[in-house]
This record gives sequence, C-alpha cells and structure tokens, in this order.
Amino acid sequence: MTLNITLPEFSLVVLIGVSGSGKSTFARTHFLPTEIISSDFCRGLVSDDENSQDATKDAFEVVHFIAGKRLANMKLTVIDATSVQPDARKPLIKLAREHHALLAAIVLDVPERICIERNQKRADRNFGSQVIKRQRQELKRSLRLLEKEGFRQVYVLKSEEEIADVQITRQPLHNNLKHEHGPFDIIGDVHGCFDELVTLLENMGYAVNGTQVTPPDGRKAIFLGDLVDRGPKIPDVLRLVMGMVEAGTAICVPGNHDIKLMRKLRGRDVQIKHGLAESLAQLENETPEFKKQVADFVEGLISHYVLDGGRLVVAHAGMKENYAGRASGTVREFALYGETTGETDEFGLPVRHNWAAEYRGSATVVYGHTPVPQAEWLNRTINIDTGCVFGGALTALRYPEKEVVSVPARHTYSEPVRPFLAESAPALTSQQQYDDVLDIEDVIGKRLINTRLMKHITIREENAIAALEVMSRFAVNPKWLIYLPPTMSPTETTQVPDLLEHPLEAFAYYRDNGVPQVICEEKHMGSRAVVIVCRDEDAARRRFGVIGEDFGVCYTRTGRRFFDDRSLETEFLGRVRDAIGEAGLWDELNTDWLALDCELMPWSAKAQELLQRQYAAVGSAAGNAMRETIAALEMTSARLPDAAQLLGHFQPRAVMVNQYIDAYRRYCWEVTSIEDLRLAPFHLLASERATHADKSHVWHMEMIGKLHQVGESVLYPTAYKIVDVTKPDSQAEGVRWWEEMTGQGGEGMVVKPLDFIVKGRYGILQPAMKVRGCEYLRIIYGPEYTAPEQIARLRSRGLKGKRSLAAREFALSIESLERFVQKEPLRRVHECVFGVLALESEPVDPRL
Amino acid sequence: MLLTITTTHSPATDLGYLLYKHPDRVQSFELNFGQVHVFYPEATPERCTAALLLDINPVGLVRGRGMSTFALEPYVNDRPYVASSFMSVAISQVYGTALSGICKTRPELAQTAIPLEAKITALPCRGGEAMLRKLFEPLGYAVTIERYLLDETFPAWGESAYYTVTLCHTIRLTDLLSHLYVLIPVLDDEKHYYVGSDEVEKLLRHGEGWLASHPAKELITTRYLKHQHSLKREALARLVEDTPRVDEESDEHDAEEAKIEERVSLHQQRLGAVLSVLKNSGAQRILDLGCGEGRLLSMLLQEPQFTSILGIDVSIHALEIASDKLRLDRLPPKQRERIQIVQGSLMYRDARLKGFDAAAVVEVIEHLDPPRLAAFERVLFEFAHPAMAIITTPNAEYNVMWENLPAGKLRHRDHRFEWTRAEFQTWATGMAERFGYQVRFLPIGPEDLQVGPPSQLAIFEVAAAENV
Repeated sequence: MTLNITLPEFSLVVLIGVSGSGKSTFARTHFLPTEIISSDFCRGLVSDDENSQDATKDAFEVVHFIAGKRLANMKLTVIDATSVQPDARKPLIKLAREHHALLAAIVLDVPERICIERNQKRADRNFGSQVIKRQRQELKRSLRLLEKEGFRQVYVLKSEEEIADVQITRQPLHNNLKHEHGPFDIIGDVHGCFDELVTLLENMGYAVNGTQVTPPDGRKAIFLGDLVDRGPKIPDVLRLVMGMVEAGTAICVPGNHDIKLMRKLRGRDVQIKHGLAESLAQLENETPEFKKQVADFVEGLISHYVLDGGRLVVAHAGMKENYAGRASGTVREFALYGETTGETDEFGLPVRHNWAAEYRGSATVVYGHTPVPQAEWLNRTINIDTGCVFGGALTALRYPEKEVVSVPARHTYSEPVRPFLAESAPALTSQQQYDDVLDIEDVIGKRLINTRLMKHITIREENAIAALEVMSRFAVNPKWLIYLPPTMSPTETTQVPDLLEHPLEAFAYYRDNGVPQVICEEKHMGSRAVVIVCRDEDAARRRFGVIGEDFGVCYTRTGRRFFDDRSLETEFLGRVRDAIGEAGLWDELNTDWLALDCELMPWSAKAQELLQRQYAAVGSAAGNAMRETIAALEMTSARLPDAAQLLGHFQPRAVMVNQYIDAYRRYCWEVTSIEDLRLAPFHLLASERATHADKSHVWHMEMIGKLHQVGESVLYPTAYKIVDVTKPDSQAEGVRWWEEMTGQGGEGMVVKPLDFIVKGRYGILQPAMKVRGCEYLRIIYGPEYTAPEQIARLRSRGLKGKRSLAAREFALSIESLERFVQKEPLRRVHECVFGVLALESEPVDPRL
Repeated sequence: MLLTITTTHSPATDLGYLLYKHPDRVQSFELNFGQVHVFYPEATPERCTAALLLDINPVGLVRGRGMSTFALEPYVNDRPYVASSFMSVAISQVYGTALSGICKTRPELAQTAIPLEAKITALPCRGGEAMLRKLFEPLGYAVTIERYLLDETFPAWGESAYYTVTLCHTIRLTDLLSHLYVLIPVLDDEKHYYVGSDEVEKLLRHGEGWLASHPAKELITTRYLKHQHSLKREALARLVEDTPRVDEESDEHDAEEAKIEERVSLHQQRLGAVLSVLKNSGAQRILDLGCGEGRLLSMLLQEPQFTSILGIDVSIHALEIASDKLRLDRLPPKQRERIQIVQGSLMYRDARLKGFDAAAVVEVIEHLDPPRLAAFERVLFEFAHPAMAIITTPNAEYNVMWENLPAGKLRHRDHRFEWTRAEFQTWATGMAERFGYQVRFLPIGPEDLQVGPPSQLAIFEVAAAENV
C-alpha cells in the first residue's frame, strides 16, 4: 500500500539512513535536484573526492551554509547525509529553528545485509561492514530521540518495498493565503464593541442582521484579533465573527486576549486581569456548547496570514519581514504579542520594540494590539487599533484601496493604563518623523532600482560616490526632494549644411516610432528649476513633513536651493502660490501642493559663477586676443602680401568669437529684484494623489496657461505648436517656427510626443528631444564650432549613450514622483532621486 | 595666443638672426597641439617686432578627452586664446636656438643685453597684478599691465583674470625667453601635460643663473611643478645647497581659511587639543567624522592607545589624499588593521559608525546647512551614539581679530554659519540634554579677553547614569 507523506511546503527534510540505504536515490525520486544537499557531493566540492573522510568537516560546513541560504529564502531543503548521530542532526535542528522551518525526518531503515551488499558493489566505497553495523546501531538509538529533538514529522520506512512505494505531497502552510486577492476590509481590535462593529460594517456596505453579516460583492472581512475582553457585548462579537468565518466571509487571526480567554475556558489557570473578567461575566449565561465553540474557534485560529500573492500580511501584533509566511513558536509569539525590549515604562507596562521602524519588506503589514490615536502608515505597515474600547474609535483598512474607515466609540468602556489619546496631535506623522534621517545603506554601493517604466536600473558605485557628496553638501532637505529632472537627448545630427541640429530629425524619430503627433515647445535658456509650492506652511508640514522651512522650495537640477537669499525665495514662491490660487488650481486639482518643472531665467541668475569663471572669461580672453592678433596681422600684411592668407584665416575666427559673446549675452540680465526673474513652468508634475504623467503635454500647457492668465509678471509663458509628423505641411510649419525662433537668437525648441510617456517596441521612447539653434550651440560647442572643419568633426557625435541615460533618468524621475504620491516611505522616493543624481554624476574610482 | 618681442637695438632687424626667423617671411610650424605662426608686423632698422602666434584647434583640444556632463562644457575653453604652457612649448620648439642663447651668425649679439620689449596678450594670472610684479620685477623688468572687464555690457561682473603684459628690459634675448618659458605657466598655474620628474630638469636648465636668486623661487618651483611636493623638494634642494626647511604647504581647500587665520597654525592647536582630550579619555576606538585629508588620523595612528580608527568623509577626493598621506598601502599589516577610511555622510544614518568610544568632529558642523543640522545631530548622538564626542567650530566673535577678514564675512566660503560662544554653548547644551550627554567646553588658540578664543571645542560624554 502506498504510504502518503505530507510535507509542509517549507520544511527542512532530513533523510536518515546508513550508508547504502538508498537515500540519494530516494531523494532524486521525490525532490528537485536543487532541493537536495548531499554531503557526499559537498565532500567532492571541497576535495574532488566524494568519499574523502578528511573532508568531512569542510563538507558539512558547506552543507549547512547552503541549507541556511535556502531556508532564508524559504525554500524546502533536503539533507542527504547519514544523519544517524544526534551530533550530526544538532546543527540542522538549529538551522530549522533559526529560519522557522518545519523539521521533518524520513528514516530509511533498510536491512543491514542490503546496505553492505550495495556498498560492496560500489568501487569507490571501501569501508567495511563494521562501519555499516555501527551506523545501524546509532540509527536504532536515534529513532527514539527524533521527536524529542524537535522533529515534528518522523516517517520510518522499513523495507525496500516501502521505500519504493512512497507518495510525497506538499502542503501549503496554513498561513499561506496568497491565492486570496481580496478586496478586504481589515478590522482592528474590537474588544466586545459590538455596536461600533456593526456601524463600521454597515458603513462599508455590509448588510448586518443581528449577528448575521452579508458582505458587499466580493469583499471579505479580516479581523485582527482581540475580539474579547473589556467591552460590553463580547458574546455578540464572537457570534458575528465566528459566523462570518464559518460562512467564509471573514478571516480571523487570534489576539493575545482571545488566547487567554480560550485557555481559561479550557480550564487552565489564568490570571483574571486586563478585562478578562468582563468576558467571563458575559459568557456566564451562555451555554456550555457555545463556550466550547468559542474555545475551539480560537484554538483553531492561525496566528498570521500572507495574502494577495504575498503583498499583504495580517497579524494581531505585527509581523517582521523575515518571519512572514513562516511557522514556529517564535513567529506565533510575535504575531500575538509583538516584541518587547525587556524594559517597562512609567505605567509599569512593557516597552515595545518598534519593529515597524525597522521594517523594510515590500509586503503591506496590517496589525493592531497597541492602541494608537490615529491609524498611521510607517514603512508599509499600519496599526489600526485605535482603541475603541478605551473611547477611541474602531478602525478598518480597506484593501487594496488603503482607505482608512473609522467609527468613534460610543462610550469609554474601559480606562487604559497608559493614556493613548495624545493631548494634541504630534506635528509630524510617525513616518515623517522616521523619515527625518535616511539610511546610508539606501544610497551607497551598487544598487538596482526597479521602476514601473523600466526594470532594474543599475546605479553604479562609482556614480553613487559622487552623488553622495553633492547630496550631502548642497542638496535641500530630502523631504522636499521628490523629483530631479532627467537629462534630455538632442536630435540626431542633421545633414543640413552648417547646422548640427534641425527639427526634421526629431520629427522623424517620433514618426518612425509610431507617434503621429508631437508638441514643439519653445526652449528657454535659463536654469532648470523644480518648484514645489504648498498652500501654506501647514500644508508643507502635513504633506512634506518639513517644519520651519517655508511653504515651498525652488531647487536646481542637482537638488540645490536655487536662491541664496531666503527672503527672495519666499517672495518668489509667494507669487507662484498666489497665481495658483487665483487660477483656481488648488480646487481644480483638489490639492494643497503642486510640483512644477520649470526653467528659471535669466541664466545669469544662477549661472553667475559659471558665467564669470568660464563663459565671460573665455569671451574676454578670446575677444582681446583676437583683436590684438588681427591688428598684428593687418600690420604685417601691409608690408608682406604673404600675410594676407593668415589674416584671412583669423578674421572669421574673430567674427565667431564676437558671435559667441553675443550668444551668451542674450541670456543674461541683471537681477536687482524679483521683477527681473522669469519662471517658465512646462510640466505640472504632481499634486495630491496624482502624478500628471498620464496626461498629454497639451493638458500640461493648458493648465499652466491658466496660471499665465492671472497676469503674474514673474511667470513666463512657453510658446508651443502641435505638429503632425505625417504631414509635410505641418512639419514645414514646425521647421519655420524653429527657424524664426533661432533666427532671433532663441535657444531652440523641445519636441515631445503628445503623451507624456510613450512605450515603443524596445521600451520607453525618448520623452523629449532638444533641437537647438545654431547660435546657441556656441555656448555648448565653443565659440568657433561653426567653422566648416569643426562642424565636420562635431557631426560624428554618439547619441546612444545619451539616449539610454535619458530614458533611465526619466523612468527614475517618474518613479520618484509616483512613490511620493503613493505616500511611500521617503527612502523609497530618495532612492530614485539619488539615482538620477548619480547617473548625472561623473564616475569616481571607489578604491581608496 | 600672441607673444610679440620688439627690439630697438640697431639694426633692429638683427632680431631675425637671433630668432632664426626671417623678418620678411610668414612662417608656420606644425606642433602637436596645432600650428604656430611667426611673422613680423614691423621690421625696420630702428624697430623690429616678431610675433609668435598660436593657432590651436579648439575642437581638437576637446575630442579624445573624456567629456564632462555636469558642470563644465570643456568645448568652451580659454586654452586656445591665452598664453599658457602651450606658449612655453612653442617658445622652446620654434625659438629653441634663441632660447639656448646660440646664434651662429650673430654670436656676440646673442650674448649681449639689448633693449627688448615683450608683450603677452591674454595671460591668465593666478594672483593678479601683485603676482605679475612679484615674478618679473625682481628680474629687472619694467612691467606694464593692462586689464579687461569680463564683459563690458556687464561691468558689475568685474574684471577678468587675463592680462596683457608688457615687459621692458635691456637683457639678453636668451634670458627673456627663459624667463617667459618658466614664468608663463607659473602665472597660469596650469599645465596641459603630465608633470613628471623630467620637468625638474627643464626648470633647472631654464632657471639657470636667475632662479636660485629669485626671491619667489619657492613659489615658482611649486607652481611650475604643479604643486607636487616631492618634485618641488627635489628641485629646491638642487637649486640651492642650503635648502631652507620646507613646510608642507596646506592644501588648496584650506588655503583660504588658513590665510585668514594668519597661519598661526590654529589648526595644529585644534588637532592638538582634540588629541589631548582623546588620550586623556582612555578611548580606544575612535571615529573621525569629516576626516578630510587625514591630519588628525595620522596623529591618532602615532598613538598605540587607539586600537581602532575609522575616518569618514563625504569627499572621495579628500579621502584619496588622506590615503596617500597616511601611506595606507604601505603600512605594516598590524598597523593597517588599526585604521580604515571610508566614504560616508553625516546626513545619513550609518550602522558603520556605531560602537565607538569617541568621535571627533573637527571643523565640520559649520559646513552643514542649518536646516540639515538636525539630521547630523541624530546621526551622531542618537544613532552612532559614541561614548564621547568632541566637536570643534570657529568662534565667530573672534573674526574681528583677523585683519584681512572683512567684517560680516565668514572665514571660509563653504562655511554655512559661524557661531558665537553663546550660540555654540546653547546648541551643545541642548544636544547634551536631548541625547543624554554631559557637556563641557574648552577654548582653542590664544584667548582674547573680549572676544574669546579663535576656535571652540565641546566635549560630550554619555551621562553617568547611562554609562553604568
């Protein structure tokens, strides 16, 4: 008859049997090759000889190391070694404990004769029958010990026939409900507050009739335990929850109070404290059957669940990342009681270790247990025990909506030992306080960042090094830093004579990538600026968690504060804020903050230092040198006709130098007051609950157009034109427009697809492409780049690297905004922002 | 890019013989960076001017080098237009014979002092007019200096760092050329090529007869050899037998501050005070936060008491210098085990900083933006939580004592603030209370009755209750 062995999907399976008992064959039959760690194989790994007894110590270190790694990754692991001695099993038992894996033993108890025969047949095994005999004695002794040692399952297979006729089934762990995807309504500690529970359920659309509940379509309730004790209607709560669980419309995890009540009902000696008396009094009049049902119900509860494909974890007191989905006494204890530091507070209550502050998992953890005044997110965890029984509120979290629903307590049913309702709400949320200091682990070294638009963006250590310095020394408070602008690629080099860039190449790029219409936006020559404005300082505190840092910020593309003069910045931001208010955007977007991507002019406002050190300096040196040179050559050619040729060579160079000076001068003007500044916003990046990357650029231009209608002089409009790249007429008009702007010395234009994000066959398309004017490019390629021999040389410029960089930075910049809007922990936002800065930084050799 | 040399020695056109370049011809030479043209705008018996014109391809200068993507566009570059080490190369290659003082046709003339006037257009000069005079006047030149505005449409931007310099002297041509050969790159303080030990030979050859007695010989040597101390020491040693003791010149970053602090070696006193406190405390595991180029680290390394030293700085460049100065790669293994330097930031929580007996934070906090100070406070006192922390910072009150520091200015351009004694003590006391430390203060440097010491130091020790 076939023997069925059922193993939990996450277990450490130890095969026990003497040499030659057929362990390896058995393992191969029932498990994946990667699941089996064979000591003989490891002997081979470390010594090239699978039978080397000298290699035993090293080989077992390897066995244990691999097993540890597999268990840490929650992988079923099979140990193929004799394991007949308790000492050999000890480290395995320890490993299973450490990783909360279930420990199973499968003993192959084959008659001695067969083992000896098998060993004799093998040329590589030369040990005698003595060894087998000794191992068998050890095996016999072990059989009695296994359960005591901690093996939860022990299967002993006594013959070759039995061994051959085994069926192994794997069973999901009880806490594994990954296949349940919700939607869920997760309800915090009820403590007998039946009336509030009914109201809460009804508010969420559940139909309640007495203790009978019908959920709205497809939804399921999850109770986080502590149904009992302290409150007024404990039996009703139990009836309701038990009924729902039985009907399959609710899931319930146990709370510490529930367990204690169960123990009392089972007749154990339990202290009647912390509200247990109320439970017992109210259950007094219930039937013994009901009480037994209650005890059975609680006893059958699983301490925590992993749901929705691993994205959601629920437990009464919380769940650490490396415990989630595992099963052990430790895990269960944690789920019920959390962790304490061993100290007690001034009320004599144990001080709880703040596991949530250290939580870095990707799953959302919803828990209760400790009453808090407000349900607050911290690192993707949320405590929704808002102390209903203490006069707080009963709270539910709707999942996946992440909407918090609360019903205030009708009474204070019980006085808490430690007051939990703060006198006044703290200025910052727990998450904001936690985010005050970021961890260096989240930025240094080689990092991989997963974004929605692009998987696995690599940030090299060499780049992170440079970015760390810039970020640390110059950047604004990281809480403001929710976006850094990505770099932009120019068009392919044009073949139009005397030019490097021309709109037709940009049009062709988008047309060839399936984009029929593009928007051309005037490119302003100033400095890139990101402007974040809140309605007021209070909104800045609420949403950004900054205190005493004004109601907004204006920073450069490297995250540096734009204005050295703080009062000028405040005045400037005030103008922008007022314009937003007047244009009605706060209400239209239902927000009290906005992030704008802009160009701030004049160039000389921010680039003063650069202008003086580099641009004007080169102009001054070149201008004077050329003037003297021309004078000397003119004198020479007056007496030597030969010199005319040289003069002819230098005269155009002198002209180009003057054109260069004219080129940069256009973008400079004195700034004596705020009136001299011009801010040209072109992207409305984000507002509350929304990044606006899902809207077309026309929408952005129109929204920003509303700002300009206000008539605020600091705001400067961006001219734009829509071009149909499938129609020659339309393209010609675009080209004409560009020629007109650049002919007047304008920087040029930016060509973008109408949609903010466009995916092509090979990933995201360039989100924008710059087409710069001939004169402007002198600032980029040097005063004399238009000389025919220079332009010929510059034509061969590689764009592949720049395009790839632009795409990666774009993905990161959108990701950072999305994470911020979704209220993710700051480290998750900062990671992306830091990534953009790193990609923009020159690599630095990390070796010291 | 243009150097003209004029003589009025009769017949002036003999200049052509001395330079080996015919006054009635325009000549061009290919050099590796571009062309050099020689021509004579003027050639009469009374007055003759030879022009040396560099024709550097601006794009050629850039292509082939790594392109910077961040702050600088190297295409916009002053090198094609100024007198720099390219000019020295041109002098040695095109006027090489004249430079060495040889003239087959006019041997005596080559060895005769004649009236010469050299005009260098667009000469970049670090140190300004004073530097120009300091270098040329001791050699006997009458120096005329012309300056330019950076941009005449924006007079507020001030003057450029380029000068047109006219040098007049009755001197041998070979000497004039030698002076120019050495001093042009010295003024520019840049070189377009790698400076190796053969540069010492060039300097000594072209400095023969004048450099040893030049009052600014040390500066000339330093700059010519691109601030490479070992080369400079070698050159100076060979230049004068009796070499004066050469101080390690302070690095560029600190030069500004050091200058203002009058080189009283306040920084040495600061480090000395920190070292005393550390030694006295019995601390063994030391954290140097913002270790910079490792001056405190090297002092700590001398003391066997300190068994484990970790230097942290955000600037990898500073750490590279520290690593060089400490000769980390050459320390014996036992010594090497005691010290580690890594990049880190005081703006981020960092597990590597935990578990130290003492942390030194020397002249660091004033480089942090006041709103970011809050992060540093928690990183140090809450998360790193050393048993002892030593923090030094300038005393702003003392600034009035520095004669060359304008009122209201900070000592260093990267200082984000400077505190008075009261401000520092209020802050430190607040920190101590908040994070469970006890704090005491010490002065650093000569204490003035009114304004106190130039620098101040706070010692934080974990409060006794927690210490047990």
